[in-house]
Amino acid sequence: MSTPAPRQLVVVGGGMVAHRLVEALVDRGGVADGGWQVTVLAEEPRAPYDRVALTSYFSGRDPQDLALGDPALWDTPGVQLRRGEQVTEVDRAARVVRTAGGREHGYDALVLATGSSPFVPPVEGKDLPGCFVYRTIDDVAALRQYVTEVDTRRKDGAHPRPVTGAVVGGGLLGLEAAGALTALGVQTHVVEFAPRLMPLQVDEGGGEALQRLVGALGVQVHAGTATAKLTAGRDGRVARMHAAEGSAAGLTHLDVDVVVFAAGVRPRDELARASELPVGPRGGVVVDPSCRTEDPAVWAIGEVACLDGRTWGLVAPGYTMAEIVADQLLGGAAEFPGADLSTKLKLLGVDVASFGDAFGTSPGALSVVYGDPVAGVYKKLVLSDDARTLLGGILVGDASAYAGLRPLVGRELGGDPAAWLLPEGAEGGPASAELPDDAAVCSCNNVTAGSIRDAVRCDGCADLGAVKACTKAGTSCGSCLPLVKKLVTTELAAAGVSVSSALCEHFDVSRAQLFDVVRVTGITSFSELVDRHGRGRGCDICKPVVASILASLDSRHVLDGERATLQDTNDHVMANIQKDGTYSVVPRIPGGEVTPEGLIAIGEVARDFGLYTKITGGQRIDLFGARMELLPAIWERLVAAGFESGHAYGKSLRTVKSCVGSTWCRYGVQDSVALAIALELRYRGLRSPHKIKLGVSGCARECAEARGKDVGVIATDNGWNLYVGGNGGFTPRHAKLLAEDLDTETLVRTIDRFLVYYVRTADRLQRTAPWLEEIEGGLDHVRAVVLEDSLGIAADLDAAMADHVEGYTDEWRATLEDPEKLRRFASFVNAPDSPDPSLSYVVERGQPRPSTAAERTAGEATGAVLVAGPRLEVFSR
Amino acid sequence: MTATLPPETTAQTGWTAVCRYTDLQPERGVAALVGDQQIAVFRLFDGSLHAVGHRDPVSGAHVIARGLVGTRGDAPTVASPMYKQVFDLRTGVCLDAPDDSAVRLPVHPVRLRDGWVEIGSGG
Repeated sequence: MSTPAPRQLVVVGGGMVAHRLVEALVDRGGVADGGWQVTVLAEEPRAPYDRVALTSYFSGRDPQDLALGDPALWDTPGVQLRRGEQVTEVDRAARVVRTAGGREHGYDALVLATGSSPFVPPVEGKDLPGCFVYRTIDDVAALRQYVTEVDTRRKDGAHPRPVTGAVVGGGLLGLEAAGALTALGVQTHVVEFAPRLMPLQVDEGGGEALQRLVGALGVQVHAGTATAKLTAGRDGRVARMHAAEGSAAGLTHLDVDVVVFAAGVRPRDELARASELPVGPRGGVVVDPSCRTEDPAVWAIGEVACLDGRTWGLVAPGYTMAEIVADQLLGGAAEFPGADLSTKLKLLGVDVASFGDAFGTSPGALSVVYGDPVAGVYKKLVLSDDARTLLGGILVGDASAYAGLRPLVGRELGGDPAAWLLPEGAEGGPASAELPDDAAVCSCNNVTAGSIRDAVRCDGCADLGAVKACTKAGTSCGSCLPLVKKLVTTELAAAGVSVSSALCEHFDVSRAQLFDVVRVTGITSFSELVDRHGRGRGCDICKPVVASILASLDSRHVLDGERATLQDTNDHVMANIQKDGTYSVVPRIPGGEVTPEGLIAIGEVARDFGLYTKITGGQRIDLFGARMELLPAIWERLVAAGFESGHAYGKSLRTVKSCVGSTWCRYGVQDSVALAIALELRYRGLRSPHKIKLGVSGCARECAEARGKDVGVIATDNGWNLYVGGNGGFTPRHAKLLAEDLDTETLVRTIDRFLVYYVRTADRLQRTAPWLEEIEGGLDHVRAVVLEDSLGIAADLDAAMADHVEGYTDEWRATLEDPEKLRRFASFVNAPDSPDPSLSYVVERGQPRPSTAAERTAGEATGAVLVAGPRLEVFSR
Repeated sequence: MTATLPPETTAQTGWTAVCRYTDLQPERGVAALVGDQQIAVFRLFDGSLHAVGHRDPVSGAHVIARGLVGTRGDAPTVASPMYKQVFDLRTGVCLDAPDDSAVRLPVHPVRLRDGWVEIGSGG
């Protein structure tokens, strides 16, 4: 007997909406095991990515950062993603699609999710070299490469001048593209046919404010201007854009090196047309409210679908359609509820938001407008004729009120609407507690206030991260996150869960606040700090935190005076405690570079003290099974051989991992080992909220796995790319690009500032990845602080790191020189050299390991267990 | 550290001197070997002495003396350095699992006599 063959679902198109469809099907258990066998045919050579964030690819992110959701989705059994496979024909009679490669895929259900293609106006010269569209990662990469080429030629030429570019289209996409060009250092013009920027989203006042703000950023806006034709220079590349007659301000032409068409999109409905499915008057595959086409086996979703007589060019309605089709495929009856076309964007660093009836077209609609040309702010609320119900609005320059306002569309605003528009009212607004359960908070993923409250109340989500993972709220554009956070906090408080940032019962403040207290007051002891700013005598939470803070602010030894009582056992004996109460020892091996003599010395120490030896992931050697009372003798030998503490026990810099780099590797472009050693020696001993790891790779092959580190450096032909916030461990994260092509001096200064800023502001045990997520403003904020000194603290950060570098001493060497400190290493206060009699070991693969309880029992019977004490004593001196 | 022990012996008095009071740093424990028993001895910030079993009942390792000392409410505490359970130094009760009798430290009598810290054999 065979089970019935699974039903085949073919998805044509591998964009964001296709991704959401597959995700929804998998989430609902509708794939494999008697469900659907899903094949996604993607034209692009990569998995679906976040197209909305495409411009961020310019401002310093790389393609992986645009990944959507959990990449493991594509490894789900029953799901197949075929990249680079273009569908050329849909044969509805045979229920088969054919691809450019001559492959056939049979289907029981077909979903068209082919999206749109950029619309290029039919002007002469539109195909000249130097003309681009703005839609895919490849488009963006090609544009970037072209601009770099032109720029390089210019710099080498006799008359260096900046690269000039024109963007055709002043809508959302056009301003995105202008932002991208500006980020590449291109002198940018925006040419818009309509009399203002973003004519679909903002009114005249908003457009004016926008134009002023954008202009202040060096982008020249030519509204009311049409492109007549493009002509080439002598090299055959585009060189001049000619304006149509009658253009505003009498503009006749612009001399340009590059042109980007961003004048709208057209649905990719050619497959549907060829297979005789009905299409809308302005394109798009006609579907009913269940997203089904005329053919019951064929659906269309996203930008290619024509629903309610129109196509929908935003991702949120596309996601809704994907959810509907997933529901239908699993036997449900979901229908399209209509879409929220609200948008909030940061274009060229300018906030723009438009929501609900932004233009006040409802009968009797009233507008409340607030404008501040000096601050560059324009805000408008559209209200019902009784001025009570919010209908829509436009926010330009400051859109902080968006997250609070948008869910209130169609509801009574309460109080004075103007309060929402004034600068101080923006953040606050009415309490989110008043938001009704059915108000949509995250419009990208259609998450209501009620589902967020449920996630906290019923699903036990205890923080923002958990709620995001559970509901998907705030995981697309992120504009609703402040509101989500507020809702979560309110709900947690209502559930009696403490959301206090207090460190512990002894201090009411967070680690970052305590850091400031210590820094400002200059307090240098725990007793004084807990006396003046806390209560009780501390605990295992606050004491190590205070120890770390004090260590960051002066360079006294970890075992000095009262400070010794604050250290966790690892820091107290400067080794890592293991399960049987012995310790492991890790000498520092900067950059992983070690001489044969060094290796021999470590080997001899391990042999003489009977230590189990293992290579670590951080390119050094860990020696296990060292009893506390033997640590000084072990370190005497290691220090004599030229080694120093590796701080493997501390919340501090661990290692700077490196590949072998240009000195040996035929692919290496920079000396990664030398840089790694320099960085490790610079930051060794730096105490931090959690452990910090660095990596340096000598080329883009990334053999040092630098992007899995808190700070990763990757060599380029022109210098170093700097990545931050990577993490292995429990929640792996790829580091994100902070800056590109830095020279070594700038690189080191930037890392200095990044590390000190992290040390000062992160929460207890918060690694750099969650710190970057939680800090107000995220990576962009941190980039501004460390590269542009946006907070005016750069000199202070630099000085703090200089103090650290200056004040560094090897903790172990200092300990060996101080008999008072050595007294701490007694095993028993009344028998300082006696080993812990409970320790016992067995030999496995030629090395000792702690015996198990069973082995111990058996060993007592036969005498086979090796008891550590006597044997190791023989070698200890 | 090799302290010269006072003349009286365990057999005579039931008390064993383990170290000078001044050998102890406030809020940092030491281990002492009394017969075949491993005992963790603490001198607190207020000067008081406490002695509990050195063996961590959760991990089975002898490490309690190396834990961080502090307070929870009014209770003086030590946190196991292995898995961080917090114990009341006065009673040995694990404050994270007060009803679990398996997770509890034995408490030993301790006194200060002529500058010496002595552990009682009873308890």
